[in-house]
Amino acid sequence: MLIIKDLKASINNKEILKGINLKVNAGEVHAIMGPNGSGKSTLASVLTGREYVEVTHGKVSYFGEDLLEMIPEDRARKGIFLSFQYPIEIPGVSMVNFMKTALNEHRKFNGLAPLSASDFLKVMRDKKNLVEIDSNLTNRAVNEGFSGGEKKKNEIFQMALLEPKLAILDETDSGLDIDALRIVANGVNKLRTKENATIVITHYQRLLDHIVPDFVHVLMDGRIVKSGTKELAYQLEEKGYDWIKKEVYPELNGNEVL
Amino acid sequence: MSETTNIYSSLYQQSIEKYGASDPGFISKLREDALNLLTKNGFPGKKDEQYKYSFLEPYFSNGYNRYLAPKPISFDVNHLFRCDVPALDTQVIILLNGFYFDKANPLKTLAGGIIVGSFKEAVKKHPDLVEKYLGKCANSTDSYVALNTALAHDGIFLYVPKGKLLEKPIQIINVLLSDEDLMVQHRNLFILEENSQAKVIVCDHTLSPVKFLTNSVNEIFVGENACFDYFKVQNEHNESVQVSHSFINQEKASNCRSTTITLHGGVVRNNLTVKLNGEGCENYAYGLFVSDENQKVDNALFIDHAKPNCHSSQLFKAILDDSSSGAFTGKILVERDAQKTLAYQRNSSILMTDNAKMNSKPQLEIYADDVKCSHGATVGQLDEEALFYLRSRGITESEARLMLMYAFAFEILNEIKIEPLKDRMSELIEKRLRGELSRCNNCEMHCS
Ligand SMILES: Nc1ncnc2c1ncn2[C@@H]1O[C@H](COP(=O)(O)OP(=O)(O)OP(=O)(O)O)[C@@H](O)[C@H]1O
Ligand SMILES: [Mg+2]
Repeated sequence: MLIIKDLKASINNKEILKGINLKVNAGEVHAIMGPNGSGKSTLASVLTGREYVEVTHGKVSYFGEDLLEMIPEDRARKGIFLSFQYPIEIPGVSMVNFMKTALNEHRKFNGLAPLSASDFLKVMRDKKNLVEIDSNLTNRAVNEGFSGGEKKKNEIFQMALLEPKLAILDETDSGLDIDALRIVANGVNKLRTKENATIVITHYQRLLDHIVPDFVHVLMDGRIVKSGTKELAYQLEEKGYDWIKKEVYPELNGNEVL
Repeated sequence: MSETTNIYSSLYQQSIEKYGASDPGFISKLREDALNLLTKNGFPGKKDEQYKYSFLEPYFSNGYNRYLAPKPISFDVNHLFRCDVPALDTQVIILLNGFYFDKANPLKTLAGGIIVGSFKEAVKKHPDLVEKYLGKCANSTDSYVALNTALAHDGIFLYVPKGKLLEKPIQIINVLLSDEDLMVQHRNLFILEENSQAKVIVCDHTLSPVKFLTNSVNEIFVGENACFDYFKVQNEHNESVQVSHSFINQEKASNCRSTTITLHGGVVRNNLTVKLNGEGCENYAYGLFVSDENQKVDNALFIDHAKPNCHSSQLFKAILDDSSSGAFTGKILVERDAQKTLAYQRNSSILMTDNAKMNSKPQLEIYADDVKCSHGATVGQLDEEALFYLRSRGITESEARLMLMYAFAFEILNEIKIEPLKDRMSELIEKRLRGELSRCNNCEMHCS
């Protein structure tokens, strides 16, 4: 589904991603872990087409197409979805109008007729139940005045509506209370099929107990320095990143900050 | 005397010859003083502080036709005009080229002694009432106001006596219809005595593809404890020029809201002057304009807190596309006596292109010490982060822009307290932002 080859990217001429290689197949769940500032969100930005990140090297193919050539909305309509680490508030744009427009754009792209207002509300109701999101929230403006956890739930609600092929969850667990974490993870699991894939960016093993990954990658200083199975996440939880640093950069003796 | 002022002093001579004898003395006096002021000061020049962004004299010197009485014109109200907002239950009255249209009923007395109709007729029938108020509010030295005072012959008159409530909002439709370039001046006088309430909705419409120039004055008196809601939508074509002045005088504990939405127009200058002349008044002023091509829209406010414990709030927003330009000047004056004043002002504008321009100048002048005032102005582009968020969900860039522009405008639309009007305005704004003609759906005229 997704093949990333030696991807390098810069922000304001500063290289952030320094050669990423990753292959994601349909049906898989990949977890990406790594210290703050290592480039996890930047990778998500590249995949979704943010303009401020400049790709300087490498290739990304998505279902055989050159992903980097596509404008953000086409990527979305072809099934890429990002649950933002920091979802933005958009006062004045109602959730209902936002989601109805987005869903109908997807339908148009797939040659389907737009949903009528009542059909849309029905779909919305079903998906709301899936992530147990409060009705009040969907009656408001996009994320306006939502709590941190509510914003994250709202991301998954949008994901449920748009049914992506490749979902990238950027720290969706941060800010969620224990119950919300379970609900969100259950929601994500219910949306999983053999045809779609998920990239979970997280700092905590906790989420991976719920959304069990097939692979865990450690992103450090713009590179994937270690990959493994879910056992790797346990090791990280227990020992932090220092041991990997030592392993990868033995000359630093684990002392220096990257 | 400049050439431009010459035009109007000779028009004034004609006016005296024709109507001088029938004008009551106080009107003649007001007109004469106004003309003297105009000839003395002339029109605001390019350097004039008040009209810095609107140098309008060239328009006033141009070859418009000017009439002191309505020129006969065929206009079938029932056939042509269906611009009523659905479910908006109003009393519609029409000004045709600045003159009261319904000649059969120039002045109506409604339940409770409320009087509504032609200003000209009110001068004849209720000279005492008119004398008590006319020119008391619009007492500025502004030359355009003077021009209107000297030469306006008709307009709308509304009188709501003590304790009375105007059941249905009055909807004034300013129709401009002409086969030649035309200058129009009307004078509206709204009087709300103590404890009374009224709502007025004004719609401007240009129905012919000729050049129009409008110079109008509203004088609004809001008595003690009275409540007034004024809503205006300006929707003129690109060849039209308008200068409008609203003067609001508020007495103790009164409440007044005014909203001006400029959908269309060539050159628009709106002046709003508010005097909070009693304790405990509230005044809310909202404005929104959407401009494109070479349109120019300039809003100038002056809010005078003369008495203590008053609250005023102004929110003006603008979306400017193409090479259009706009200006906002908002001055809040807090006089020495006006302790415990609360005054807030905000002006924010979005520029859609590099060629669009906005000049924003909020001003505070405070002479009392125990007050809470704030003001702010922002001029910027659409929020890139928000734009990306919408696009990342599959919404096209153009649609995402539209959603954000609409959201920006919504803050003003949301302040419209008459629901069907709010719905209709929302629809018109959305169409306008899509670049479609924003005339009312029901109107059969193909203006703009
Ligand atoms: N818009 C930006 N402008 C400048 N620098 C940026 C921008 N976005 C990210 N960076 C920098 O890029 C680096 C990688 O940031 P990124 O957000 O990808 O880290 P992350 O791995 O997601 O970290 P975290 O775990 O804290 O979310 C950081 O040094 C950050 O400061
Ligand atoms: Mg991040």
